[in-house]
Amino acid sequence: MSVGLEHYLILSAVLFSIGLYGVLAKRNAVVILMCIEIMLNAVNIALVAFSRYVVPMLLTGQIFAIFVMVVAAAEATVGIAIIIAIYRNRESIDVDKFDLMKW
Amino acid sequence: MFDIVFWVLAAVTVGAALAVVLLRDVFRAALCLILLFFTIAGVYITLHADFLAVVQVLVYVGAISILIIVGIMLTHEVWRGNPSGRLRIPAIVVSLLLLGTLVFSAVTTKWQTSDVPPQEPTTAAIGVSLFGEGGFILPVEIAAVLLLAAVLGAIVLIREK
Repeated sequence: MSVGLEHYLILSAVLFSIGLYGVLAKRNAVVILMCIEIMLNAVNIALVAFSRYVVPMLLTGQIFAIFVMVVAAAEATVGIAIIIAIYRNRESIDVDKFDLMKW
Repeated sequence: MFDIVFWVLAAVTVGAALAVVLLRDVFRAALCLILLFFTIAGVYITLHADFLAVVQVLVYVGAISILIIVGIMLTHEVWRGNPSGRLRIPAIVVSLLLLGTLVFSAVTTKWQTSDVPPQEPTTAAIGVSLFGEGGFILPVEIAAVLLLAAVLGAIVLIREK
């Protein structure tokens, strides 16, 4: 069986699930940010695969993937800034100890 | 040939993603993340998305990985390793459930695939649809404002009081 749309979608699903596991289970905030990047990349693979196999002449999936990359870059910048600001205040980036916004 | 390339890229990608969540050393996890970004650029090349592969290398390998490594360096948490929290077992269950659902729906759906050969090179076509008549010029402008807001927000958050 030659490689088709399903293979790319399954690859994307596997990467997304690994990223979701990391986001839910890890305690280091930087590692959580890395897992969010894995999830965004998985979504990009699915978008580009749909663009390639469903509408090869339109390229809309690739353009959407470019916007996802823009938002991912903005998110990584602000995320790292927030993590460093929290580290300055609390000397830790262990998310199990983040209860600043609990009442 | 194409199939072999896809399987090798897919195996390395999944292995690198597993290494990111399973390795004890945070810095090595970040290096595996960079390997993951590179192999995803390779996956884009197998999908005939040449421009996107270059953007992937520029933005992810060039910028975001540096940002993450700087984040690891500035927070002295490397010695504490990469431990899992209390939610480890529920997280495994939830991600396996999600994986099963996604794979099931991807395999059982009858996709209306097109047999038209893909465009190559894509750079000019993407430029026309981003900036041309009736294209995505408004989202491009909004993305510019978003990036400016993110940069200003990062500076405000990280500034010494």
